[in-house]
Amino acid sequence: MNALYFVLGFPLLGSAVLAFTGHRDFARNVNVGFSLATFIAACVLTAQIIAFGPVFVLGQQFFVDPLNMFLVTLTAFVGLTTALFSRPYMRVEQDRGKMTPPRMRLYHGMYQLFSFTMLLALTTNNLGILWVAMEAATLTTVLLVSVYRTSASLEAAWKYFILCGVGIAQALFGTVLLYMAAEKVLGSQGATLLWTSLDAVKTQLDPSIVTLAFAFLLIGYGAKVGMVPLHSWLPDAHAEGPTPVSAVLSGLLLNVAMYAVLRCKVLTDGALQQPLAGQLMMGFGLLSVVVASFFLSRQKDVKRMFSYSSIEHMGLITFAFGMGGPIANFAGLLHMTVHSLVKSAIFYTVGHATQKAGTQVMGDIRGLIKVNPTVGWGLMLGVMAILGMPPFGVFASEFLILTTAMREQPWATPFLFLALGVAFASVLIRVLPMVFGETSLKPLAHPPALLPVFIHLGFGLMLGLYIPPYLNTWYVQAAHMLGG
Amino acid sequence: MSILGLLSQLMAIVLALALAPLLSGWVNQWRARLQNKSAPGLLQPYRALRKLFNKESVLAEHASPLFRMAPYIVFGCMLLASAIVPTLSTDLPLSPAADAIALVGLFALARVFISLAAMDVGTAFGSLGARREMLVGFLAEPALLMVLFCASMISRSTSLTTIVETLAHRELAIYPSLLVAGVAFTMVSLAENARVPVDNPETHLELTMIHEALILEYSGRHLALLEWAASLKLFAYSCVGLALFFPWGVAQADAPMALLLALFVLVLKLAVGGFALACVETLSAKMRIFRVPEFLATAFLLAVIGLLVNILLGVS
Amino acid sequence: MIKFVPQLINLFATLILMLSFAMISQRRIVSLINLFTMQGAALVAASVLLGYATHQPDLYVSAGLTLALKVVLIPWLLHRVIRRLNVRWDVETLINIPTTMLVGIALVIFSFSLALPISRLSSSIAGGSLGIALACVLLSFMMMITRSKAVPQVIGFLSMENGLIFAATTVTNGMPMIVEFGIALDVLVGVLILGVFMFQIREKFDSLDIHNLEALKED
Repeated sequence: MNALYFVLGFPLLGSAVLAFTGHRDFARNVNVGFSLATFIAACVLTAQIIAFGPVFVLGQQFFVDPLNMFLVTLTAFVGLTTALFSRPYMRVEQDRGKMTPPRMRLYHGMYQLFSFTMLLALTTNNLGILWVAMEAATLTTVLLVSVYRTSASLEAAWKYFILCGVGIAQALFGTVLLYMAAEKVLGSQGATLLWTSLDAVKTQLDPSIVTLAFAFLLIGYGAKVGMVPLHSWLPDAHAEGPTPVSAVLSGLLLNVAMYAVLRCKVLTDGALQQPLAGQLMMGFGLLSVVVASFFLSRQKDVKRMFSYSSIEHMGLITFAFGMGGPIANFAGLLHMTVHSLVKSAIFYTVGHATQKAGTQVMGDIRGLIKVNPTVGWGLMLGVMAILGMPPFGVFASEFLILTTAMREQPWATPFLFLALGVAFASVLIRVLPMVFGETSLKPLAHPPALLPVFIHLGFGLMLGLYIPPYLNTWYVQAAHMLGG
Repeated sequence: MSILGLLSQLMAIVLALALAPLLSGWVNQWRARLQNKSAPGLLQPYRALRKLFNKESVLAEHASPLFRMAPYIVFGCMLLASAIVPTLSTDLPLSPAADAIALVGLFALARVFISLAAMDVGTAFGSLGARREMLVGFLAEPALLMVLFCASMISRSTSLTTIVETLAHRELAIYPSLLVAGVAFTMVSLAENARVPVDNPETHLELTMIHEALILEYSGRHLALLEWAASLKLFAYSCVGLALFFPWGVAQADAPMALLLALFVLVLKLAVGGFALACVETLSAKMRIFRVPEFLATAFLLAVIGLLVNILLGVS
Repeated sequence: MIKFVPQLINLFATLILMLSFAMISQRRIVSLINLFTMQGAALVAASVLLGYATHQPDLYVSAGLTLALKVVLIPWLLHRVIRRLNVRWDVETLINIPTTMLVGIALVIFSFSLALPISRLSSSIAGGSLGIALACVLLSFMMMITRSKAVPQVIGFLSMENGLIFAATTVTNGMPMIVEFGIALDVLVGVLILGVFMFQIREKFDSLDIHNLEALKED
């Protein structure tokens, strides 16, 4: 029995169980239990891949190769740590009356279902199912964003649904066009939409159809990555829901959308033999970085500020993959990993801070170090990490990206430096008073779960200094497959 | 130009003159019946015309010669329009002049003269009617042109006789663009002939009248000519619609028996069309004046879509 | 008879396009839902015809799915929602209707020109309809942008899905079955969630005007 069945089966089973029992006290632990089971299954799968190489499951319907393997493990891992974080967090929310029993059932059930859809999107070989899973991932989180029923959260959820729905409809059109191009070469059996079959014949696909298809796919999946100009749903959606939801949205869903874009880029590069796809991605990535950093400097709400930071980092990743080549691709993959870890760690600490202060406005939160040193230091270190200070992993990947840019695309480097500089200054100016300074905050009723924060930051640090050999091999292999 | 062609041309003109009031009467009858009122007789428009011709024509003191000439010009335009539309046969001596654009030009000429005449006398209603008529016309004309272009694209000529010949005598084919153009044409003809939902032909309320305001100052033989011209316009529009969308039954050159058949088919088609018009008038509510531009803009854009669909689907 | 099939499919395609246009210019929400139902019916007819002409039973299943979902279930749900929410009229749009129509024409021209070279490459008999499908998608998109109430936005979204399914049907004789089922499931769940949403919005704001949902703008 391949471990992949368990990786997909546990979240699905978990969501069914929690849909009925999600409001009980033990539901939190059940949630953690299912996430743990998923993570263990993912580790087993990892071991299998290390031993045997890329694998097909269920007769070519699922395909696990270096590109999605580390993403699967990362998703399962962050899913586990977020479940750990959400235990005390949601208890406080329940005590304050913001989460009623039906909402808790919804929350827990959808949490596991969301993990399922993400893992499905990552491991499926069928481009049509990839689309279905991406849309399903949006649907599972939409109700979660609005769960507090404030006017701001309703607006955020509506915008999220409509913008992402419209965007992803464009991606469906792109998928249809890809299917059309594939049908001319492969005929119309079920294997026509499989990515591996398309990858094998990508040089024979008609260039004009594939160009149009990629344009739509980039618009569609790019909207879900948070590419400017289709990003306006992201700050609202990430800021208005409960913090565990923000953490998984920022940390995981953006990566899955990026993965979808990458799979399509590989096909497009093969069909066109021209760097059009890369150029589009570079342009939009750069635009995202610059626009996001400027919006970032004007934010007053802490979660919105970090959401713009997510847009900026995803823009950087898009730019890196757009440049292509072994180093840039490697850097992009590394950045995806460390950003995911560090951003979710930041959201954990921010979540606790906002819970203590009862507000998300940065001007009203002060002196975290005094009231809870671990939260304060966690936030400080997390911010250092995300801003690209050495020796954290973000520094390593940003360094690689910037040096490659200086070498190959020198026109872009001033913009990148400017944007990164603006972001650095803005975030630091706002976070320092939050962490230090006088405070009147009181400790929370339930001790916060800070172990996840430090585990994530530890990994972030480790990846900056030393990359395990199998991870290194995967990155190199994936970078090679992405074209370079 | 054959004897038969000349004959059919004369027949077409006489037929137009004779049948147009009958068509109006038919539509009025059905409208009344559908609205559960007692209907006027079928020949009522003839009686009205006869009454008006026997009455004295009263003119305002400062009415210019234009005011007196306009009814004749309008009547002449409408008669000519009815003559060039291939109603009975496609072998008309006037067919070189029977161009779709010329047809629209004739209607425009009539519209200009009647608007000028309405403003001539200087009453408030006249200017009001002229303004509204121009509003409707300015939007309806491009729509009508587009509809005619749709059909001409299929037959590769703007000559009405060529269009009818191509559409009638080709093998049966479904042209989606003609479906769209048909809807647009219906909307345009409702607007141009002053029918509900654009204008109520029976109203004399200031708020609602367009066509009636233009002829308010006329009396006697002038009014008779204008009323006849209005029925001729309806007749011409119906014949254009039938020629474009239901062209079967029109006789070709040198087929005398076919002329009689064509006459019979024409009367039948007009009867059905008139009934349909009465239904549309009964089922719709008159729309407010400022919504009329939207209505006509929709018609125009539908016609443009018909054109585009023609190009896209490559109907040859 | 068989040679009429491409023409009939083109006819249904034109009908779908006309209905998209009619939806843009429509003010009453009940008429919007009815137009949407008619569009679904035209789509079902086109799928059935194409399935008959190409002897592919998959298209019959797809047509059945569209019938059950877009012609029966979703309009029924929408009618129920608007009855309970008591919305009947959508009086204003963000830009006036003639301008909307002109923009719509520009979108139609754009999509036709984009799709013309590609539809020539299609191997399906109804390949010419790709431009029409793309035009429907863009027109629905515009309808979503220019409406200020929630229900027309939802209908625009669903109409966009119609256009996409039509594109998939005509250009490639339908997608693989599992993908079609997945898409149908997504659409159904999406509509249910939107329905829930509209109640939440109504509860919060006492109105379904989207202008209430503009507080989180960037300033």
